[in-house]
This record gives sequence, C-alpha cells and structure tokens, in this order.
Amino acid sequence: MSAPLVVTRRMTDYPGDSHTIDRYEATGGYAQAKRACSMTREGLVEDIKTCGLLGRGGAAFSAGLKWSFLAPERPAYLVINGDESEPGTFKDRQLLERDPHQMIEGVIITSVANEVHHAFIYIRGEYPKSARRVQTAVDEAYARGYLGKGILGTDYDLEVTVHLGAGAYICGEETALINSLEGKRGEPRLKPPYFPAAKGLYMMPTIVNNVETVSNLPHILEMGAEKFAGLAHEADTGTFMTSISGHVKKPGNYELGHGITWRELIYDVAGGIRDDRELKAWIPGGASAPWFVPDVHLDLEVTKEATAAAGSMLGSGAVIVMDETTCMVRAAERIVRFFSHESCGQCTPCREGTTWLEMILRRIEEGQGRAVDLDLMVGVSDGISIGLAWPPKMTTICPLGPSAVSPIKALKDYFIAEIDAHVEAGGCPF
Amino acid sequence: MTIWSEETQVRAKELISRYPDKRSAVMPLLYLSMAEAGHLTDEGMEEVGEWTDLTPAQVRAVASFYTMYKRERTGQYLVSCCTSISCMLLGGDEVLHAVESESGVPHGETDDEGVISVEHVECIGACGGAPAVQVNYELIEGFTPEKGRELVKWLRSARPDSINTDEMQGLFGGSTSFDWGIREEASAIGPYPAFQPFGTVEGKSK
Repeated sequence: MSAPLVVTRRMTDYPGDSHTIDRYEATGGYAQAKRACSMTREGLVEDIKTCGLLGRGGAAFSAGLKWSFLAPERPAYLVINGDESEPGTFKDRQLLERDPHQMIEGVIITSVANEVHHAFIYIRGEYPKSARRVQTAVDEAYARGYLGKGILGTDYDLEVTVHLGAGAYICGEETALINSLEGKRGEPRLKPPYFPAAKGLYMMPTIVNNVETVSNLPHILEMGAEKFAGLAHEADTGTFMTSISGHVKKPGNYELGHGITWRELIYDVAGGIRDDRELKAWIPGGASAPWFVPDVHLDLEVTKEATAAAGSMLGSGAVIVMDETTCMVRAAERIVRFFSHESCGQCTPCREGTTWLEMILRRIEEGQGRAVDLDLMVGVSDGISIGLAWPPKMTTICPLGPSAVSPIKALKDYFIAEIDAHVEAGGCPF
Repeated sequence: MTIWSEETQVRAKELISRYPDKRSAVMPLLYLSMAEAGHLTDEGMEEVGEWTDLTPAQVRAVASFYTMYKRERTGQYLVSCCTSISCMLLGGDEVLHAVESESGVPHGETDDEGVISVEHVECIGACGGAPAVQVNYELIEGFTPEKGRELVKWLRSARPDSINTDEMQGLFGGSTSFDWGIREEASAIGPYPAFQPFGTVEGKSK
C-alpha cells in the first residue's frame, strides 16, 4: 500500500516555494522536457502506454491509448482540464497552486509527443489563485525558453494559453470544455462523431488530459515507464491523489499507492471519524459515484476494479465521509440539487429528471413526503438511467444526468427506513 | 465606436491575441466587461459582440450559461458561501444563514449601498477546509458562522480596496485543505475573478 510520493514530492520537501521556477529547476525540473524533445513521438507514446498511467480526471482511461487515438490531421491541440468541480474534489487545486511547473513540463512532453504547437490550460473560474500561479509559471517558462518559439534550443514552437472558466461544472466534461474554449455555451457534444481525438477544438484533433495526469509525466520519463508501473499495483500504476472530506479527523489531499482498503483510508490515513462516532456511509469517487456503506464495503480495496465490481467508481478520487449524525435524505438532496443546478439543459431526462428528484427529496426532508415518494424517485431515476444500472445505461449525451441517480440508488439500497421515518414523523428526525 | 476605455481596449486586443479564433476570447472579454462596468451590462455584452463578430444574442447565450457572469448590479464585495455536500456536512448552511442575517442580504441579492452581495454556491473545491466561503472569489477555509458575522462587519467598516486571500484567511480562517505555502501578493478588486488582465492588483490590500 505504501508508495513513494511522486506528484506531491516537491511541495512536501519544499513547502515554502515549490511553485517557483528557481526551485523547480534546482530539483531537476525541465530536464525531462529536454529529453522528450530528443525522443521520437512513437517512443514517447509507447512509454506512456507501457507505464500504464490512467487518466486522473475521473474516467480512468489509459493516457497512452488516448494519445495513440489522435487523428493525423493538423494542427492538433492539447487542452489541460483544470476545471475541477466534482463536489469533494480539491486535488488539482493543490497541484496547480503548489507545483505549476510540474504540470507545464507535462504539457511540453504531451505536446512534443503529439505534434501539438498550441496548448490550453482551462482552469475553473472559482480558482483565480490557481490561474494566477499557473500564468506566472507560464510567463517564467516563456522567459527561460521552455515555451514559445524554438523551445529548449530546438526548432519546436509551443504556445500556451491559460483560460479561465466561469462557474459551470459541466465544462469538466471534455466536449463541453471544448465548446466553452471556443467561446460557446458549455454544452457537451454527441460522441460519435465529436470524439476530441478526431473532431475536437475547432474541429481538429485534440487531446484533453487532466492536471494530475500530465503532472505525472516528468516523473514517468525520469524513473522509466517500468519502474513507474511497478510502484504499487498491477492494474492502476503509479500513485493517485485522493481528496478526503466530511466527518473525518484529518481531511485533506493524500497521495497514495493503490491497494489500500477503505478501512485503512478512512481510519488510518484520514484519522477516523470525528469525535469517534460511527461511520454511516461514504462516497468513494466524487458526488457522481454510488455510495458505499461500512457493512458491505469497508474492507474492499481502493482500486478501480474492486470499486467497479462493487457497483461504483473511484472517479475523481474524492472521498466524502458521513457519520451517524448525517441525515441521508438531506445529503441526497444536496447532491441531487448540485446536478440539477449544473445540468446544461440539452437532454430532457437530465434537465427534467434532476429537477423532479430535487423537489421530491426536498419535500421529504421538509415533512411533506408521501409513502409513494421512493417509488416515484426510482421511476424518475429509471427515466434518466435505465434500471439504475452501474455503469449507467445512457439516455443522455453525457454522464451528468445518471450521476444524479447515485444518491437515489443509495437511499433505495440502504436507507429506505430513513425515508419512511421522515414521512411518518412529518419532518426530519435528525 | 466603443464604450470601453483606452486601457480596456488594449487589454481586449491582448486577450484576443491569445487565441487562434477570436470567438474563443468571448469568456475573458465578458470578465473584462464586468471589470469595466462592475457587472455585465447589456451595452457590455454588445461591445463583446463587436470585438468577436458575434450578435448580441450569441453573446447573451454564452453569458447566461455561466453563473459567474453577473448580469445584475453586484456589490463591491460578493460573498459566496458554499453549501454543497462537504461544506453542508460541516455547517455550510449555518454559515450562509449567519452571513445573510448579519448583512440583511438574502441569497442572490445586494444591499442598497451596493457594498455586499450574498449568494450560496455549489462546490468551490475547498472541501478539506470545509466550510468555506469566497469574497470576490478569494478563498477563506475553515470558516464558522461567528466568523461570517465578523466578516460582514469587517467588509462594511474597513471597506478594503482589494481582497487578499491570505489576509482574509489570517483574519477569519481556520484549517485548510492543504498547506497554502507562502503568501499570495495579488488581490481582487471587484466581484469577478482576479486574473490579469481583468482586475488584479499586486501588493498588499489596505
């Protein structure tokens, strides 16, 4: 379970100034970008495939495979997804603010590997400090010849633009992000045909990678693909960042090796439940993920496969912990409210369904619930995500709608008694 | 013909030059327009259209999609209280109620003096330091209802020219999502994100 720190190493060793270019260069920074410039594209893509790095934005798709799918038309673009907005997730904010050059070096490596000459870093609007730190780092990198015309003494040109979002969760979805970057409403595009690798930004081949994903790249080149692959676990390689929040004693970001159990994560890493109360439920991978409960899931491994086999996902790496004092109806209402608020409105099942789910949950919480409300919510959920299956059977362009069904599934599977208690008491018993 | 100041026009040109297609500059230009007028006016949206070859309707379609484009009068200080799941679990709703009652400004509104606007917002990525709030998008983590009342009083009495996240964290904050490292010198000057070139001042706030 233990793995060496990778992406949080520099900020751990040099907490004061890990974001500065002087510290970055003094700790080996930009040496791997230089090496990448001397490697072949095929060699770089092969290395990233071999190392087994999975995307850290939520979908956990092989980063190397994603690169290898890039269509041959040019120009191609790179977009870094720093629109971190999944409730419970705050890992990319730390990487952006505390070690921006690490990500920029990853941008250079990705660009060189994919013949990209213009990269965009899309940062959510609510992270102005992150954007300032990254812009400062980009300016420094230009000044020292790591970006711009003829980077690192080669004839390779690379421009980088930092773009600020404006408060729309859906722009974390890659095709919505591309629309947003084109100056449009952040509405997801239909796939097919609009796979970014073929028809992305300005309808050209585009790679969209998460902040944490590209932050790993300098380390992969430095330690070698095989060593990186061997860091912790057979299927998920390297380390992963997890953001732990809610009723734990030590909330925060942790960089961990794969293979630890939920019990170890919640009770050892995060210090256990505040005031030593009982654990009631936790959300294993951001607000979109189906919930876990201690009786069933506490000793499962925190891996992509084990979590998927149990009907949920590690998603963005956000773990939200709820103790015995938590009203599950209120928690569900809050998550459904989020998706209702953030629905872009294109697809009827999502736009209408999330609104109805929110209203039904609110009336239960406020004491106007009816005995039939659970069946009603399951019916509405079935209209958004057929059979409440996981992974969801899609009725919508993107997975936002089905995400709103996860709390309903949790209520139905584990907490029916709490809905009944609300209906019988005519209010919230908590 | 433009309604923008000389300085804003220079900034607009610079922003457009960052993108291969000028339409991509719509979002930063909307922020620039907010910085010019205090919020997003009809004239401001038309101006953005002029610069990007879009109709007013096309610009409005973009502006109305994103919650951070404020199309109504907004106070000098926008206080955004997170009430998403992780903040709610640790008292985010109570923080919102304290800020609303101390300021007399309910969610989505602005006081008569144009000093404070209050809103509850969805997750702002500060869950490890929950509950969290932002003033002009500058973060305070480890917040409490009591600090919410103090913050409102401070904004009204001190009327700082700019908002610095480290200064506010020192005055009103508690535990954070992670070690913030050294102090950030830049500060926000209005209810829009402080990111050059739309409204950042370097150096300490008042």
